[in-house]
Amino acid sequence: MASAPSQAASSIVQPGRSAAEVTAEAARQDLRNRWLLSTPALLIIMCAAVGPLLIVLVYSFLTPGDYGNVKWHFSTEGWQNVVIQRDIFDNSLHWADANLSIFWRSLKLSIMTTGTTVLVGVPTAYFIATRPGRQRELWLFLITIPFWTNLLIRTYAIMDLLRTDGLVNTVLLDLGIIHQPLQLMFTDFAIGFGMTYVYLPLMVLPIYASIEKLDFRLVEAGYDLYANRWNMFWRIILPLVKPGIIAGSILVFIPSLGAYVTPRVLGGGKNMMVGNLIELLFGQGRNWPLGSALSITLMVIVMIALLYYVRVASSQRQSNV
Amino acid sequence: MRAVGKAGAGRAKAPAEKSVAIEAIGVSKVFGQDGDRVVALDEVSVAIRQNEFFTLLGPSGCGKTTLLRLIAGFDHPTEGRILLHGSDITALPPYKRPVNTVFQNYALFPHMTVAGNIAFGLEMLGRPRPEIDARVDEMLALVRMGELKNRLTSQISGGQQQRVALARALAPSPQVLLLDEPLSALDLKLRKDMQIELKRLQHETGITFIFVTHDQEEALTMSDRVAVMNKGRILQIGHPRDIYDRPSERFVANFIGDTNFLQAELLPAKGRSNQVKLPSGKAVATSLPEGFLGEEGKMVSIVVRPEHAEVVATPAAGILTGTLDNIVYFGTDTHFHVDLDTGGAFTVRMQNLRGSESGFSLGDKVGIAFKPDAVQALRD
Repeated sequence: MASAPSQAASSIVQPGRSAAEVTAEAARQDLRNRWLLSTPALLIIMCAAVGPLLIVLVYSFLTPGDYGNVKWHFSTEGWQNVVIQRDIFDNSLHWADANLSIFWRSLKLSIMTTGTTVLVGVPTAYFIATRPGRQRELWLFLITIPFWTNLLIRTYAIMDLLRTDGLVNTVLLDLGIIHQPLQLMFTDFAIGFGMTYVYLPLMVLPIYASIEKLDFRLVEAGYDLYANRWNMFWRIILPLVKPGIIAGSILVFIPSLGAYVTPRVLGGGKNMMVGNLIELLFGQGRNWPLGSALSITLMVIVMIALLYYVRVASSQRQSNV
Repeated sequence: MRAVGKAGAGRAKAPAEKSVAIEAIGVSKVFGQDGDRVVALDEVSVAIRQNEFFTLLGPSGCGKTTLLRLIAGFDHPTEGRILLHGSDITALPPYKRPVNTVFQNYALFPHMTVAGNIAFGLEMLGRPRPEIDARVDEMLALVRMGELKNRLTSQISGGQQQRVALARALAPSPQVLLLDEPLSALDLKLRKDMQIELKRLQHETGITFIFVTHDQEEALTMSDRVAVMNKGRILQIGHPRDIYDRPSERFVANFIGDTNFLQAELLPAKGRSNQVKLPSGKAVATSLPEGFLGEEGKMVSIVVRPEHAEVVATPAAGILTGTLDNIVYFGTDTHFHVDLDTGGAFTVRMQNLRGSESGFSLGDKVGIAFKPDAVQALRD
């Protein structure tokens, strides 16, 4: 590959300049243009992402102030407190069970949300992608409608469904299936249910895109080669739609980990996720260094998950190309 | 050869009379609703014999691919029945028919290797692994692709993909192989090679091939029998030579090869041979299409292939007379365009001999003589 352009360049080389020089000059020009084009994006990323992140990183190594904020004394206490807690009465050290269980709940709920959105999203996307053109647009439109409404209001609507005297309990009681109203609100179930609802479109759209690209002649070829519906799905459709599922999983998993509104409203004060804990520490908790350390921990977890996904996705692509 | 079900048994016995593999009985296919109905197939009936290389030939939109898809089971006929070795398969889904397809775009599975593609049908049939592996190797050898076994299908050329598609469709030993314009994506050289390759495969496997094409040359060179289709109907079925020499309808004569059309008057039959009177006043023997009942004295259309006529120097010696309008040299032969004295034009194609000039020049008054049995009347 690399020798081809330099060979081409050598035929038009000017006296006094080697082919390598010409090629290098062209490469420099190309690089300059690329930097120029990406300048606005880079500026925004610098101001809105890298800057605040550096501030958070610095804060995580300072001492908490008395009324929030920070004192400019170096301390690693914030980081230690992520996993270890000092008892305020006898100064003994033990695991920060509260933090760890909140992290664990966040991880668990995010994985469950990703799983349920895949389970619901694949048939939904398949249904939409196999409608005739006009109907398809309508279904896609319906899928995106929830985005038009404020997240908080949508979450309160779910609360109305799950309340003790909410729709679900009323219907179940009236049908005689249960005799006591179920405690649905302020549980992990409520949070998972709410997040599945909120993030479902983010799963459906990428899967829809990859099913729509699917060459249905391959499906015919599969049927022709004696594949029944079950084998068709597992052996032909799923492997070809996998990139969409991976993209959707990334889009759902990452915001799920950092979710704030949904667990706050549906989980109450008891069933916190990391996002709520961080908010608590910056607010009533008045421990900004610990909040900062937790934020960065969350980010690292997200990055590890993302790297894993990217590796899975790229190995998938390699076997596809 | 391992074979699926009944076909294998039938082949082993080698019946003297070739039995019918696929039979379509009064098959119609209508697409769309009341407002814009499109009749893709109009009461088509055809019997395709076992071990036959049968070609459906016609322009795009003639219904040939629709008929193929009905046989494969991807679509179901609006009316009529399809039989496979006498049993009705009209309602069976594609995965329950011992029939495989080579698709126009090959439709190879992009997430599987060459071997994975070929093995797929056998895996779906639940064959044991050792048998599948052996069969895959056998198929790879058959299409001469052994060394590319573990490549992904996107890493091989179009011609190689074509071979893999063939191997994949042949691996489960179908009773009938359907080929939907499989050569149309290949360049000319490769297409010629694959034509020979396909004939070889059909010969070696002994499987009935139903081949769809719009390329008349392909149809003539490869087929045992050809069905010429137009507007959802089969116009004529026959050996390539019959289709070429004895077209029964104007469309068939026009679609396959070059031809000259003339109007002539049907004369009373002399014994077993029929005669027509040409506008020039001369009478000539003609063949009539099968089952054609012409009335004496009625005008009919006749066709004469350019190579079944010759230009003669003395006009009186010819059946037609005219003026030489154009002479085109083609290497193997020369085309003479003659303006007929009775109106219209006539093309004659004569083979060239080495070093000899034709001896004719433009504007010459010439006669056109017909070779024996050159004239075919059309049903129109």
